[in-house]
Amino acid sequence: MRSNASHYDLIAPATLDAVLEILAAEPGHYTPIAGGTEIMVALGAGRLAQKNLVSINQIKELRFIETTPSQLIIGSGTTFTDIRNSAIIQSDFPLLTQAASWTGSIANQNRGTLGGNIVNGSPAADSPPALLAYEATLTLISTRGTRQMPYADFHLGYKKTALAPDELIQSITLKRIFTGYIPYARKVGTRNAQAISKVAIAALALIQDDTLEDIRIGAASLRDRPSRLTATERTLRGQTITQDTIVTLISQARATLTTEAHPIDDIRSTAKYRAAVAANLLEEFLHSLMNP
Amino acid sequence: MTQITFTINKEKKTVEAPPMKRLLDVLREDLHLTGAKEGCGEGECGSCSVLLNGELVNSCLIPALQAEGATITTIEGIAPLAAPDQKLHPIQQCFLEKGGAQCGICTPGMILATHHLLEKYPQPTLLQIQEGLAGNLCRCTGYTRIFEAVQSAASQSNP
Ligand SMILES: Cc1cc2nc3c(=O)[nH]c(=O)nc-3n(C[C@H](O)[C@H](O)[C@H](O)COP(=O)(O)OP(=O)(O)OC[C@H]3O[C@@H](n4cnc5c(N)ncnc54)[C@H](O)[C@@H]3O)c2cc1C
Ligand code: FES
Ligand code: FES
Repeated sequence: MRSNASHYDLIAPATLDAVLEILAAEPGHYTPIAGGTEIMVALGAGRLAQKNLVSINQIKELRFIETTPSQLIIGSGTTFTDIRNSAIIQSDFPLLTQAASWTGSIANQNRGTLGGNIVNGSPAADSPPALLAYEATLTLISTRGTRQMPYADFHLGYKKTALAPDELIQSITLKRIFTGYIPYARKVGTRNAQAISKVAIAALALIQDDTLEDIRIGAASLRDRPSRLTATERTLRGQTITQDTIVTLISQARATLTTEAHPIDDIRSTAKYRAAVAANLLEEFLHSLMNP
Repeated sequence: MTQITFTINKEKKTVEAPPMKRLLDVLREDLHLTGAKEGCGEGECGSCSVLLNGELVNSCLIPALQAEGATITTIEGIAPLAAPDQKLHPIQQCFLEKGGAQCGICTPGMILATHHLLEKYPQPTLLQIQEGLAGNLCRCTGYTRIFEAVQSAASQSNP
């Protein structure tokens, strides 16, 4: 049953400071709404528990992409369309452009924000694997000030995050250190547009003289939260990757992935299918490194 | 109730509505603009598509208050975008001619999505058309005739 909109309140302060004051006055009383592509679906389905909402969609201070020589800072209110349109993200962080391009339809990308995707905390969300591979840092803001934390520490469990009730994500920072890295991204779902993934992987590798100098693998739907496959990375890091070693390397990597992935059965897929497909994606990624 | 003012199809309007009321319901119930349809009510089907500040959006996912100050175009306002006293926009004409509309439920959304697409890619490839319309579901046409209508509209506006 759809909710009755008149049972809900929504306010739209003009400035970031005013929003933070409202969140601080009675922490937990107000819930932010950015693009609304999660919140409004919950409202439509009659399962939006929060009755008091504060819009942050109109706050210009949260919607920006700023580039310095060493880093890229993305405002939390940046939409997926903004991300797709950014030449610098395309060149330095192609995994993020890729993730934005398959986050729902064009209409969804015009509204949905990076901050909303992160805070919603779905283990199947599309941008987290890329942000994990790039080792993003979050800046959180409240009337108490700002604090930074590695994005890898943000998700605490299924839809549980380190965000305090009076805080917003202000921005996401990425270091521009990935020149020479080979990207790999693949989302497996029922269709490209609109479908939430069954499994997805966003990965990066740096190869020098046939050695895997560095490797980072972000994954969706393999745990109760977006996750990085650190054990699998350790198995691979520093190894020689050539025609002679690849078969052994793949079997070692598949075995490790199987031990560290804990997928679930749900309406979209089964745990068994997810684990098998994730291992196949990893194999495809490693093969792609042989002929970059 | 909150007063919300926006420009819709070039006319300034003020409505009194609960701020979380869906823009789709404001359009249909308060303004009697019934071109935008409700298919799914959850962002999946695109039958509620409108242009908000020039961007294609699903009006079922927009709280009324977030439309404050915005410029909105619905299917009712699309023809005058081509010429002031035009009855049908060239895109609408092409949908008619190519059989791109059957029951018509998806059609307002398809036409607004096409308008948005052709602004970005005046000569879209089939793949760009498919991506541009991927958020708009049609139960009748099988899509082929819709793609033909879009291609025909593209070739007319850019001879
Ligand atoms: C049809 C459809 C298809 C979709 N497909 C995909 C898909 O393929 N992949 C995918 O990953 N997602 C998908 N989504 C989900 C959704 O679009 C994304 O999660 C989007 O990024 C949410 O952003 P938003 O701004 O719309 O969030 P909102 O609904 O505005 O907010 C979501 C949550 O984040 C909080 N929040 C938002 N911004 C901030 C902030 N700056 N600080 C603190 N808290 C904040 C809100 O309080 C709320 O809890 C889809 C949704 C729909 C309706
Ligand atoms: S009714 Fe809005 S997308 Fe289906
Ligand atoms: S014409 Fe009937 S849904 Fe498209």
